[in-house]
Amino acid sequence: MKIGIVCPYAWDVPGGVSAHIRDQAETLIEMGHDVSVITPVEDPDSLPPYAVDGGRPRSVPYNGSVARLTFGVKATARVRRWIREGEFDVLHVHEPLAPSLGVLACWSARGPMVATVHSSIERSRVLVTGYYLAQTALEKISALVAVSEHARRTIVDHLGGDAVLIPNGVRVDHYQDAPPLREWPGPAIGFLGRMDEPRKGLPILLEAFAGIRARIPDATLVLIGPGDPDEVLAEVPAALRSGIVVLGRLDEADKARALASLSVYVAPNTGGESFGIVLLEAMAAGAPVVASDLDAFARVLDEGRCGALFPVGDSAALEATVIDLLGNDEERRRLVAAGARRVAAYDWRTVAGDLIDVYASVTAGQSRVREDLRGQIVGRLARRRTAEGGAQ
Amino acid sequence: MGAWWWAVGALVVLLVVGLYLSMTAGRLDRLHRRIDTSLHALDTQLLRRSAQALDMAASGVYDPATAVVLADSAHGARAASDDDVVSRGLAESDLTRVLLEAIPDAQEADELREAAPDPTMLDDLRGTCVRVQLSRRFHNDAVRACRQVRRQRLVRWLHLAGHTPWPETVEMDDTPPPGLTAR
Repeated sequence: MKIGIVCPYAWDVPGGVSAHIRDQAETLIEMGHDVSVITPVEDPDSLPPYAVDGGRPRSVPYNGSVARLTFGVKATARVRRWIREGEFDVLHVHEPLAPSLGVLACWSARGPMVATVHSSIERSRVLVTGYYLAQTALEKISALVAVSEHARRTIVDHLGGDAVLIPNGVRVDHYQDAPPLREWPGPAIGFLGRMDEPRKGLPILLEAFAGIRARIPDATLVLIGPGDPDEVLAEVPAALRSGIVVLGRLDEADKARALASLSVYVAPNTGGESFGIVLLEAMAAGAPVVASDLDAFARVLDEGRCGALFPVGDSAALEATVIDLLGNDEERRRLVAAGARRVAAYDWRTVAGDLIDVYASVTAGQSRVREDLRGQIVGRLARRRTAEGGAQ
Repeated sequence: MGAWWWAVGALVVLLVVGLYLSMTAGRLDRLHRRIDTSLHALDTQLLRRSAQALDMAASGVYDPATAVVLADSAHGARAASDDDVVSRGLAESDLTRVLLEAIPDAQEADELREAAPDPTMLDDLRGTCVRVQLSRRFHNDAVRACRQVRRQRLVRWLHLAGHTPWPETVEMDDTPPPGLTAR
């Protein structure tokens, strides 16, 4: 099957959605499908062979955080050309509500289209302003997929219609055999995510770590993810600072190895998470998980049976939970074993099989994806521009 | 001068209304097309399902009684493929129920898989059953979206939908046999 996938966010900026798309594309390719991904990208040279440059991303605030999106006439032209030349059996658009390449692809194509909604949008302001536009884009989509119950609710509540639930996947084989990245002097507590993104909750963990370190002096806090550590750790006293190791942004393989080296992985997020893929990654790498009790996290952790939960934003509770867990080897072993079982259901090979079923049910007896030129002023402009570009 | 401005104003209003109407008509056209294709996809999957059920019945993996019941309901579903939505739905639901009895649990499915002349037979049937369910869901979603637009007053008054019949959802029992979907 020839599958075209549209990624709304910058490929070379680590993020949940682009990681999902990379895993999806690579798993489908391993299964023998022909896959092309169009994506915003800062540095086109960093793209893998199956990905196509969709233009430079621009940083704009969107849905409560800074997103790197690509839009405009030029991007539309690129998406159109990709659709025209791709001859896809099915087009898979991710995050169709984000004002990026996904919406452009919806406007520019006709034929079998599948869309996956990742984030839960709590404030419907975005949707009210863009309601008509969102509707016209969504109306062309033959099948909606939600990665979580949360994301599904967004669709049901704000857009009408329903979605098929296909959970996010983890490439379990990439994680389970990862050798530990480093030996730590004592128990290592890990954090993964943008350090300067408030919703990832690092300040809560830093506060708890002060208390943990008072009880367990050789504990190390390992920070993985992008962001300026000097800025984030400016308020942290020097004595505590010596117990914090900043690994920064790691590639996929090192991330797996870093997770495998942890005594406990902490996800102190305060909101905006619709799924919690990092939790699954930590479980696949064999790290016991402590997470804030957001709905999405509680669901992934099977209501606390596969990891410890603490009230969102409560650093005292987090401190107590981590100290308890570090002193209880048996409980940690139990959580690791439960996590390994849990994560099998989210293995990408299973998830990709479900996706193929969805593709097959929208493509049965259909023609391929084609360019849609009806009634589109922006599209006509873009077409003229590409025509000019071609002539030069 | 005043009359001139009025004329310009009226023209602008007319233009805006016209643009809105043409966009809505385009939207309706897209929605109708989506319903056509989703119904076609569902039809394809349903035909595939009855064909695979017939193959199973004829493959000799079943005792004669089960084979007859299965073949009968699969024939019934095929014969109803040109009927109206309601009676076709009933015939397909019958096939669903028989499949449910024919492959009641995962253990039975494993035994059938071993006995089958072609080991992929059961997995193909599983795929088709799941896809029937998905296709029907996608079709009914398309119908719902279309109805929403067609209920708008302006659309009704101006007959923007033309002579296209009122879209109908497909109602049937499409539960895949639990023996096949258990992992």
